[in-house]
Amino acid sequence: MVDSAFIIEKSVVIVVVFAITMIMAMYSTWAERKVAAFLQDRVGPNRAGWGGLLQPLADGLKLFSKEEFFPNTPNKFLFVVGPAIAMSTALMTSAVIPWGDRLHLFGRDILLQATDINIALLYFFGVVSVGVYGIMIGGWASNNKFSLMGAVRAASQMVSYEVAMGLSMIALLMMTGTLSLKEISEQQAGMNWNVFYQPLSFLIFLICAFAETNRTPFDLAECESELIGGYHTEYSSMKMGFYLFAEYANMFISATIISVLFFGGYNYPGMQWMVENVGVNAANILGIAVLFAKICFWIFFYMWVRWTIPRFRYDQLMNLGWRILIPLSIANIIVTGIVILRHDLAAFLGF
Amino acid sequence: MSIETISLSGRKKVVSNKEMTFWERLYLVAIVKGLFITIKHFFKKKATIHYPEQVREMSPVYRGQHMLKRDEQGRENCTACGLCALSCPAEAITMKAAERKADEKHLYREEKYAEIYEINMLRCIFCGLCEEACPKDAIYLTQSKVLVPSSYEREDFIFGKDRLVMPLEMAIKNAQLNNAN
Repeated sequence: MVDSAFIIEKSVVIVVVFAITMIMAMYSTWAERKVAAFLQDRVGPNRAGWGGLLQPLADGLKLFSKEEFFPNTPNKFLFVVGPAIAMSTALMTSAVIPWGDRLHLFGRDILLQATDINIALLYFFGVVSVGVYGIMIGGWASNNKFSLMGAVRAASQMVSYEVAMGLSMIALLMMTGTLSLKEISEQQAGMNWNVFYQPLSFLIFLICAFAETNRTPFDLAECESELIGGYHTEYSSMKMGFYLFAEYANMFISATIISVLFFGGYNYPGMQWMVENVGVNAANILGIAVLFAKICFWIFFYMWVRWTIPRFRYDQLMNLGWRILIPLSIANIIVTGIVILRHDLAAFLGF
Repeated sequence: MSIETISLSGRKKVVSNKEMTFWERLYLVAIVKGLFITIKHFFKKKATIHYPEQVREMSPVYRGQHMLKRDEQGRENCTACGLCALSCPAEAITMKAAERKADEKHLYREEKYAEIYEINMLRCIFCGLCEEACPKDAIYLTQSKVLVPSSYEREDFIFGKDRLVMPLEMAIKNAQLNNAN
């Protein structure tokens, strides 16, 4: 049973989510430069518009007007497909994120989510893993040793940290008992944020999120001093722009996932009271604002860490991933299991 | 006191290779400390000077580009004695003297004048020794904040009399100001 109102409603939600993701990614580039500047006692871009607010537009215009350069590669098709995959996967993940509970407009309840599937978290992990292909294909198709090195580094790093990321999630999922991000958000109503129950899981997830998005201190894939630019060395014009944009879109999405999984999503203390006394719409618009405040903090945190911690060496990176984070998350799963089953265990042991 | 323990700066530190404790090996404490250091800089006053709108304050003894002076009657002071060229540590100054003709008395103050006077701005270090050496008060380093413009040709950096001598209008204005006082 699909009626036209439903299709329109979902289309509007999807377009809005898409636009917001793009705008957030765009202004992340501006924020990155501003935060970098402020942390280094500078003022950053301030010529294009007030406080440099038009800088992302100017950058986009510049990238569009640049020459499209193709390296001498036999894989012209793959060379174009690489950035396309990187961009699409970065945008696809936003489909399952609950941006708010519901709005009551035109006599309908509008869910503020593109789709509420019951395997949302699995979908998220799946799409993020496909993101490796964008980088790997781009690096391979460039027909350049440095690009390939960067791509290999990025791919092996992302694959390794996905394991730890997935395992850290399992402990959380054992507690929530659901993969739907909407239900996970609803369970955290009030101040029942998951971060208070699963701090270790959160820490592992955070570190892995840094590695997944190829951000400092794990930006070995594009370390300028060794690999020129890594996998996007040979890219120019908007294809280069797509890679950079995908990186910021990924950052936005992972900041969102952190906020939703661990910091209560759109929930804020007193939301129930607001729904009952002020109205559904006002309460939920405040909820969206709260979610975005959380997201902005985490994006800021990404940038903050970038200008604090130096880059890891490659063996240190692999050590951290395989020999520390994975055993730690497995231990976390066991401890969580024991705590969940403590009554059964006590009964079994005869207390 | 043995030589190993002397620390003239008071900041001497002995390098130690002690084993790190468990908490140190986690690095989390150090990372949080680092985050606090960087966030402190976030709120610090910025050192940037917004150049075209703001201009850095110059020292009162700032030495800018050179100028060959004229006296209150608009005559050039320089007598081409060559003391400035002699005193110049960078050997930036060169000149050629000429004898003043009878009909040039209104142009040059002394009987001998500099026919050619050149300063190589690529060599000049703006030390001001030429100004100190000059017995006729002819050469001065002005307070002008105009810098030597960039160029692709080396010849463009050799400033001749056309770019060094004080403009006549300026000399007239100075004379008027002097009379007014």
